[in-house]
Amino acid sequence: MVMEIVCPAGTPAALRAAVKAGAHCVYCGFADETNARNFPGLNFDRSEMREGVAFAHQHGAKVLIAINTFPRAGSETLWHTAVRDAAEAGADAVILADPGLLAYAATHHPDLRRHLSVQAAAANADIINFYKSAFDIKRVVLPRVLTVPEIALINAETEVETEVFVFGGLCVMAEGRCSLSSYVTGKSPNMHGVCSPPSHVDYHENAGVLDAQLGGYTIHRAAPDEPAPYPTLCKGCFTAGDKEGHLFEDPVSLNAEQLIPQLAKAGVTALKIEGRQRSRSYVAQVVRNFRAAVDAHEAGQPMPQGMLARLTEGQATTTGAYKKTWR
Amino acid sequence: MDLTIGPNQFFWKSDDWASFYKEMAQAPIERVVLGELVCSKRLPFYRAQIPDAIVALQDSGKQVALTSLALITLKRERKMTAELTEMGVEVEVNDLTAIAELPEGIAFSVGPLVNVYNEGTLEWLAQLGAKRICLPPELTLQSVAILARRAADLGVAIEVWGYGRLPLAISGRCYHARLHGRGKDNCQFACEDDPDGLRVSTLEGQPFLAMNGVQTLSDSYACAAFQVETLAEAGVSALRLSPHSQGFAQICQFFRQRLDGTLDAAGLATRVQDAAKDVRLSDGFLEGARGADWSVGAP
Repeated sequence: MVMEIVCPAGTPAALRAAVKAGAHCVYCGFADETNARNFPGLNFDRSEMREGVAFAHQHGAKVLIAINTFPRAGSETLWHTAVRDAAEAGADAVILADPGLLAYAATHHPDLRRHLSVQAAAANADIINFYKSAFDIKRVVLPRVLTVPEIALINAETEVETEVFVFGGLCVMAEGRCSLSSYVTGKSPNMHGVCSPPSHVDYHENAGVLDAQLGGYTIHRAAPDEPAPYPTLCKGCFTAGDKEGHLFEDPVSLNAEQLIPQLAKAGVTALKIEGRQRSRSYVAQVVRNFRAAVDAHEAGQPMPQGMLARLTEGQATTTGAYKKTWR
Repeated sequence: MDLTIGPNQFFWKSDDWASFYKEMAQAPIERVVLGELVCSKRLPFYRAQIPDAIVALQDSGKQVALTSLALITLKRERKMTAELTEMGVEVEVNDLTAIAELPEGIAFSVGPLVNVYNEGTLEWLAQLGAKRICLPPELTLQSVAILARRAADLGVAIEVWGYGRLPLAISGRCYHARLHGRGKDNCQFACEDDPDGLRVSTLEGQPFLAMNGVQTLSDSYACAAFQVETLAEAGVSALRLSPHSQGFAQICQFFRQRLDGTLDAAGLATRVQDAAKDVRLSDGFLEGARGADWSVGAP
């Protein structure tokens, strides 16, 4: 079976671009804190979602709706409503992380297909099978802490489909288990759907040296001739002991295009592209390239080489945890 | 309120580990969670000491529980988790995988690294057999109050992080090993010289975080000195004190005095800072704009 390309859409225009470019699936979220990419100007209101789903279905593509933050105590209704509205919009699945919300969806919308979000950080077959028996999940998005052989082992031990990230931003920490951002800014991926938010970023220039701060902490310092990456907390430059550098992760993004044959062999069902905050032209280009790669693999042809180099804008890329040496 | 000693997050020498729990057997606390939380490679170094520590703690009237790992991926780790019940004490689940490994229907407790953010998840865990839940440190006082109320209806005891460096993230990558130019599999136990984690500072020299193998913590030590009354009123059953190498037995005493009403919030904060050798304190997750904040002045 051809591996599915699961593509991000932060806007209705990106959704249409992704579908036209050949995405098998598009994932998106409502414009509120129920999804883990709650950025200003992004995401879908209810009517845009209904229209987006209809458009995708007309073109033979699916829509997965991410409701993958952890509902706030006392305000669960907001998340419950999102699940209901996803069902009413005709979503092909919802992507959920919180057990309480999974229980709600399984009870009240049993026919709405449930995927386990990467935010649940389900990193072994036992917990995946446990989620299956508890909430009948059909697919799990695997956390970015596993090697390809470990993914193969998981697939050997579960019937639940697996989806893995292959391109875009890279979390260094186990997703859904990180409160670095709320420690520094009060805004967290788990609760608010944001990480290292722009509202808390400041730049200070001194003699040509540019300091990028997050919540008053200097995350990165760039000399006049150096690029100044966005101050994402875990990719900053720090000191510990007598060492200085990118102690957690370099400012790199994930590109596992060359691993497509290995991931297919490991039994992976779907390849996920990160980037709901990206433009529609970026999304379209990434989708076209991954679709070409998957189709080439299916036809027994070699992987096209370096097809996405231009999109990473000269930035370094990594295959992340898929290779054991990353650890 | 009771005091619970959370699992030691760091890699201590086996003898230091054993004498710490000997000391805890005499401390004015009700409950101790021990075992390996962060890295399965550490456990063999002190595993043999665990049964004696359990007996000593139980003999002095403490309740004892054994923690699961915070992130379970390898087959060996799943097996290790399934064997936790063999020690004959309650298991504290810090990765939901542990629930999948436990015999069905057995009572368990839930640690702060499981995402219990709302009533729905609390109810689900209670149905599965959770008797006690230490809430994630990230939660605000408001959320704590709502959850404590629901937990009371369900007969679940609620704990809140009271003291110690905050566990902020867990990863597949070992940062201590990376710092020494090694991989996780060949780490050579780079974390063993940092009994409270290794401070991570900004390029301006501002203390920021602490690395502890695959775990990232806050540089500041959380301290719920100023929230004791509010937490008690909300129905919180216990404060969790997380082990550190400096002055910990004394700090247990001070927290006990605070709960007994013989020490006020400012007095506790001052004494903690003296005993722990000038650590920075924080309580911003409970009632600040952000986790790093501290009730009495900027971090």
